[in-house]
Amino acid sequence: MRFMVMIKSDERTEGGVMPTEEELTAMGRYNEELVKAGVLLAGEGLHPSSKGARITFTDGKPTVIDGPFAEAKELIAGFWLIDVKSKEEAIEWMKRIPCTDGVETNVEIRQVFEAEDFGDAYTPELREQEAHLRLATKQD
Amino acid sequence: MPTLETNRAIDAVWRIESARLIAGLTRMVHDVGLAEELAQDALVAALEQWPESGVPENPGAWLMAIAKRRAIDMFRRRETLDRKVTEIGRDLETQELPTAEPDFDAIHSNIADDLLRLVFISCHPVLSTEARAALTLRLLGGLTTEEIARAFLTPEPTIAQRIVRAKKTLAQKKIPFEVPGAAELGERLASVLEVVYLIFNEGYSATGGEDWMRPALCEDAMRLGRILAELVPKEPEAHGLIALMEIQASRARARTAPDGTPVLLLDQDRARWDQLLIRRGLAALERAAALGEPMGPYVLQAEIAACHARARTPEETDWPRIAALYARLVQLVPSPVVELNRAVALSMAFGPAAGLEIVDELTGIPSMKNYHLLPSVRGDLLAKLGRRDEARAEFERAASLTRNSRERALLLKRAAE
Repeated sequence: MRFMVMIKSDERTEGGVMPTEEELTAMGRYNEELVKAGVLLAGEGLHPSSKGARITFTDGKPTVIDGPFAEAKELIAGFWLIDVKSKEEAIEWMKRIPCTDGVETNVEIRQVFEAEDFGDAYTPELREQEAHLRLATKQD
Repeated sequence: MPTLETNRAIDAVWRIESARLIAGLTRMVHDVGLAEELAQDALVAALEQWPESGVPENPGAWLMAIAKRRAIDMFRRRETLDRKVTEIGRDLETQELPTAEPDFDAIHSNIADDLLRLVFISCHPVLSTEARAALTLRLLGGLTTEEIARAFLTPEPTIAQRIVRAKKTLAQKKIPFEVPGAAELGERLASVLEVVYLIFNEGYSATGGEDWMRPALCEDAMRLGRILAELVPKEPEAHGLIALMEIQASRARARTAPDGTPVLLLDQDRARWDQLLIRRGLAALERAAALGEPMGPYVLQAEIAACHARARTPEETDWPRIAALYARLVQLVPSPVVELNRAVALSMAFGPAAGLEIVDELTGIPSMKNYHLLPSVRGDLLAKLGRRDEARAEFERAASLTRNSRERALLLKRAAE
């Protein structure tokens, strides 16, 4: 199961304040743990909303509004995409995000839509034939 | 915290921590079976205490502390027993505790080293492939016996026995808990990769509508593959394996038509290919290439898959490259099926006659006698060369060999063209 985990913005991230070296090291180590555990698919930090834009569609007509946007708490400062067995596992991993003392950090976890099943309609006959020819690169 | 929620949280913690826990314990007590028992004891303690106290801040450390305490108790009791045995002067059949003193106070070993040792011991060639797969999923994947049984369509008691026997074999043969030396490493690593890929294929070949545990095996395998790539980053084949799995998995949504029929690669809607997985697979191949070694079988298969992944349309496929890669693959893995795939690639690159030359050489091989894809491919090439009567005969032969009714219908249709 895939989850997108969003770390919310705050005044510091919206203000373009760079993380301290300590914070970068801690986050780097954390990301490394995710990689070593085989659960990290992707992860990035985002520039402050001052560099971004919004588009509102009314009756199909787009209206573009440039950032910055108010309500830092509603904005996203970064995200991870993780592949885990359950929402509980996603939560356990994300409880370990390194945080700075005195700073309130908000994280949101959302499940990614996926195809219901993973396999195709390989019949038992097809499967049997493929079984003893394991090394043939799958032509499907 | 309500118990059900806590239990789910404990499951999650187990999935995250169990492999490291078992690995560290194995190093201390020199026995995989005992290590797993101790880890399970710690889990039981967690299930008893955490609903009340909540999940601790460092669950891994908590579990390890409990497990160590149990181990110390066990060895103290055994020491007492040994003393009593000596006093009585009789030979007793004691529980098979290892003779060496457990190493509780050893300088904290690198977790990665312990995990790697656990990987190698779980995949030891002294065990059958099925035993290796079950043991690996259990010790490294954190799956329960029931989950493994469902995933492999095997009765639970069979899997349970398989795991018990595997641990016994490892103990009896005194298989050491170590990373193989340089001389053995290639072969032993190949054994590990084989197990992981076997698990992946079991999931990949599962059909929709089956127990969801089966296709989930693909994700279990990819996770193991990713972990492995980080444990042995200097081994290109480890990167090759994860690249192969990710690129194959990238086609999951395109492989089946809405009515459940399989869709061949060249007919798939490429917009449904998962670009994130493709990107990761290509990145893994780059890591392999950067190591500068000659391409091994998994890297080669991944490179072939990558050729397809890079082509935005079937027409853009780099068939000459695929043919060249198969040529290298067949040197490492001299299988007629690989040759057949090479023939197909050659025909796509240089015309049907080029492929037919290879296919004709394969028709005599006994193991290919009942392989329906051989006459199927031969028929296709003959048809493209305008040799219609011969093509028809081949398609009819292929139809008679396949036991899949949809395929038979397709082949008979081609015979009639």
